Amino acid sequence: MKIAIINGHVIDPASGFDKVAGVYIEGGQIAAIGRAPEHFKAERTVDAKGLIVAPGLVDLCARLREPGHEGALKTEMKAALAGGVTSVVCPPDTDPPLDEPGLVRMLRQRSRESAGARTYPLGALTAGLKGEALAALKTLAEVGCVAFMQTRSLPHDNSVLLQAMRYAKTFELPIWLRPVEDTLAGSGVAGAGAVAGRLGLPAVPVVAETVALHTIFELQRATGARIHICRLSSREGIELVRQAKREGLPVTADVGIHHVHLIDVDIGYFDPNFRLDPPLRGLRDRDAIVEGLADGTIDIICSDHAPIGEDYKLLPFGEAEPGATALETLLPLTLKWASENKVPLREALAKITSGPAEILGKGSAKGRLTVGAKADLAIFNSSEPWVVGGATLISAGKNTPFSGYEMQGRVHYTLVGGEVRFEST
Amino acid sequence: MTSSKKHHPQLNKEGELHHLLSIDGLPRSVIERILTTADSFINVAEREVKSVPLLRGKSVFNLFFENSTRTRTTFEIAARRLSADVFNLDIVRSSAAKGESLLDTINNLTAMQADIFVVRHATSGAPYLIARHTSAHAPHIHVINAGDGQHAHPTQGLLDAYTIRHYKKDFSNLIVAVVGDILHSRVARSDIHALTILGVPEVRAVGPLTLLPAGLEQMGVRVCTRLDEGIRGADVIIMLRLQSERMRGALLPSAAEYFANYGLTADKLALAKPDAIVMHPGPMNRGVEIDSHVADGAASVILPQVTFGIAVRMAVLAIASSSARVQ
Repeated sequence: MKIAIINGHVIDPASGFDKVAGVYIEGGQIAAIGRAPEHFKAERTVDAKGLIVAPGLVDLCARLREPGHEGALKTEMKAALAGGVTSVVCPPDTDPPLDEPGLVRMLRQRSRESAGARTYPLGALTAGLKGEALAALKTLAEVGCVAFMQTRSLPHDNSVLLQAMRYAKTFELPIWLRPVEDTLAGSGVAGAGAVAGRLGLPAVPVVAETVALHTIFELQRATGARIHICRLSSREGIELVRQAKREGLPVTADVGIHHVHLIDVDIGYFDPNFRLDPPLRGLRDRDAIVEGLADGTIDIICSDHAPIGEDYKLLPFGEAEPGATALETLLPLTLKWASENKVPLREALAKITSGPAEILGKGSAKGRLTVGAKADLAIFNSSEPWVVGGATLISAGKNTPFSGYEMQGRVHYTLVGGEVRFEST
Repeated sequence: MTSSKKHHPQLNKEGELHHLLSIDGLPRSVIERILTTADSFINVAEREVKSVPLLRGKSVFNLFFENSTRTRTTFEIAARRLSADVFNLDIVRSSAAKGESLLDTINNLTAMQADIFVVRHATSGAPYLIARHTSAHAPHIHVINAGDGQHAHPTQGLLDAYTIRHYKKDFSNLIVAVVGDILHSRVARSDIHALTILGVPEVRAVGPLTLLPAGLEQMGVRVCTRLDEGIRGADVIIMLRLQSERMRGALLPSAAEYFANYGLTADKLALAKPDAIVMHPGPMNRGVEIDSHVADGAASVILPQVTFGIAVRMAVLAIASSSARVQ
């Protein structure tokens, strides 16, 4: 279909293009920006006056609960599109974990059938995510896994991680790791500090993160493996990543959107919606996250979307399943971070579009809005208010710390491959 | 992030005590009213008819998701002396074992016309979940926290404050040492909050670094890692129970080493003020945290604590159930 998007404020974070212009789509690609190609006859014209036209969001961590929950994927894909997300990376912490080619193929097929966002599965680094035996990394890569992840924490056994890095380096496969040392994290449910102490919540000390990062970097020095660090949470951890980058290690890092805004004090009186993984830490840590985003130590922001049913959230804080639904709030919460910290819109959008696309590498969604690129677009009003809640969220998970809050930034259209797949009513 | 939904969940809109979940954040006036009301109940026990009709017709459910015969018994006695109907539910062995969710259990008991839930739970914050739920669905119900995880044991904090006031009259010139496993102790947290709110100028938390939580200074206490330093010149020494499982991990090497360094003996007690009192929330481990000579000695007020505990729990039940129903 030939589509003309006219009068919109077009932003391509990677190139810096930032002005009102028309975008013309043909054959699923962007055919022209500015002036329509000769003889272009739009079958549909979208008037984007007052709206931002940006690359679709690329989310490096969203759980679609496939495999594990029949039918969940469709709903979560709708939530992604409503949030302007056109590419999602699915972590392997599914049920069962994504450690076999058949499971990956099925996930990709279900994703295609859903006509939602593009899906990029992460394979399990170890069989069953148990941290013991390597999964068939090369085979999984051949069926579409973009990288390999150990969720929750590093493998308990350092030799497994060392061999995983060597093996991944052999085929130049990237590894994604949560910087958590399991013995130090223990059964903690809150960031160590005054709040956890006062509430009597088992705490995860900062050293659980820093010891893990030291281990990762030391093994990287020995193997040269490319590592993406998932969900930094502490000031000290961010400083270690800063030093590693300065040293030239092949490392990138992300942070979950909630950790850009919230701190442990927000847990209030044991509100289970604030039970997140990693747990929220103090103000100094949150400030360090904001600084890390500003100086590029933290490359990108992800939603860390985790839709959780009420039965698993309406429990005492420490027993509640950690995580928050966030596909639909990633954009408004990124805009909120930008406006609170005077980050230009173009730079803010880079953290959720071109930045994550670059980490995914060649052959995947580019997170770009340029001639010849796939027409994956998010068209949104950056100041339109809406109230987060059970009635407004499409995701099956209504579990968000921002329930009842007014957000600014509402998606009007989402296009994937030149197809309008979401339209606000 | 700040929000109206963070208002203190245990007070109603009139500022009266509706639930008792934690001493943290309670106004001093509410605590003082509880202590004064407890005074009036002390004598009830000495009468021939040991009850007053304040809770006649009310149903008090003791929901113990974690075993504690002692605390449950004192709540039961307190409720009976107020003429309430008391039902003990040992949930460790019933619904929880059958996989019923916490809030399903609460809904069922609410349907049985409960008026007050006295809740003991192994997970910090569980009574808040229950109070939030009943406030939304059955606002006449009052929730009293009888100990949640490592968070709070507010009636113990109140009865400790009552005991100290009984013997020392005035809080404003005291040094109080809380000794032992502060990290895992809900009693320590409730004592610290009660005493700092009531104006004790120096509360000390005493223990090895493995048993002291982060952020104690922000709770207004002085941290002492050595027992000598911690109890020197103290007016009140509160010894905490050391759970035997603490010795199995890397927190402490052995009961003997703990006793040698943090156990309260007559020699150590001599460092405190001559008229110092010794308290313990019970049950005691003699020879682990406290020597028998001290536990049974002249300075010990451990048994009066138990007696006062009933009057304080009567006061809490009476005050909470008399709060206006405003939601």
